[in-house]
Amino acid sequence: MMARSLALALILSIGGAAHAADKPAVEAKSGWVRVLPGNLPAGGYVTFENRSDRALSIVGAASPQYGNAMIHRSSTDGGMGRMEMVDSVPLPAKGSLAFAPGGYHVMLMQPKQAVKPGDKIVVTFTLSDGETIPATLLARPANASGPTD
Amino acid sequence: MTPSIFRRALMVLLTAAAVASLAACQREAQPEWRLNDVSGHLPDLDFKLTDDNGNPVTGADYKGKVAVMYFGYTHCPDVCPLTLTQLHVILDRLGPAAENVRILFVSVDPARDTPAVMHAYVNAFDKRAVGLVGSQAAVEALAKRYRSAFTREPDRGDGNYEVSHSSAIYFFDAEGKARLLATPSASQDDIVHDLHLLTSLETRS
Ligand SMILES: [Cu+2]
Repeated sequence: MMARSLALALILSIGGAAHAADKPAVEAKSGWVRVLPGNLPAGGYVTFENRSDRALSIVGAASPQYGNAMIHRSSTDGGMGRMEMVDSVPLPAKGSLAFAPGGYHVMLMQPKQAVKPGDKIVVTFTLSDGETIPATLLARPANASGPTD
Repeated sequence: MTPSIFRRALMVLLTAAAVASLAACQREAQPEWRLNDVSGHLPDLDFKLTDDNGNPVTGADYKGKVAVMYFGYTHCPDVCPLTLTQLHVILDRLGPAAENVRILFVSVDPARDTPAVMHAYVNAFDKRAVGLVGSQAAVEALAKRYRSAFTREPDRGDGNYEVSHSSAIYFFDAEGKARLLATPSASQDDIVHDLHLLTSLETRS
């Protein structure tokens, strides 16, 4: 009896742990970086999924492979292409947020080593609740349209 | 008027001109353009700049090719690559006719964009792209000629800065006449469609 309930508790707790590991509240996926020649800054793109019922925001980014990472937003309002730094990007509860070309992106500056297509870039995003979300972004050629062809 | 209102006013004028020209040309058998027809409303392709191989070039050097002109700069990691990538995909979709098209990427950042930097940059997108550089005055004059504009934004503090710039894409026929104007959000299908027409005009003449 005792052994059975212990086994059950064990199974349940393992199940619970596995469940938590499979499905974190916020996940970053389909990440990629547009690699430009030389030391030019590169745009990084990723999709965030928020499974929790809490509205959050992305408030920061850092990568060990770059000297500096910033969250930017591009726009072509009024026929002018421009880019601005943003402090926070809203990530709705039970919703998703895409960093995509022509909009939000993580601007990766001062590569510590030459980055080439196929490399994996690690970017850690900081959420408004203090949590950090690790993301792996695939380095893609300059003229790529997304994470895959 | 602030510069931004001025620019917006110009865009409105340009759009009005495009609509007017469309109405005026209805009588003749005109190609059915999907982009904004600017024939007769913008000047012919003309400039004196340096190409990405370091050679002095003028607008006349691109006669015989359909020219697709776009202003930008290499430290632009998002909007410029997006547009250049779209143009690359469009030229690939165009097939053999793309051999008669050149993308002219004009730098609005003369301080940082050397021919060598431009060469590596444009070739990372498309072999049919040409990078063009010139003095601040030469590029400003060219931008003004096409009612375009650019502004160097304040230094971010680390020596880096952005350049806000018009995002319009200009299409010139093989004789260097301005024909069409598109925004970066124009559909690829429409641009492919009009480039087919534009390149076939060229082979017929
Ligand atoms: Cu940016």
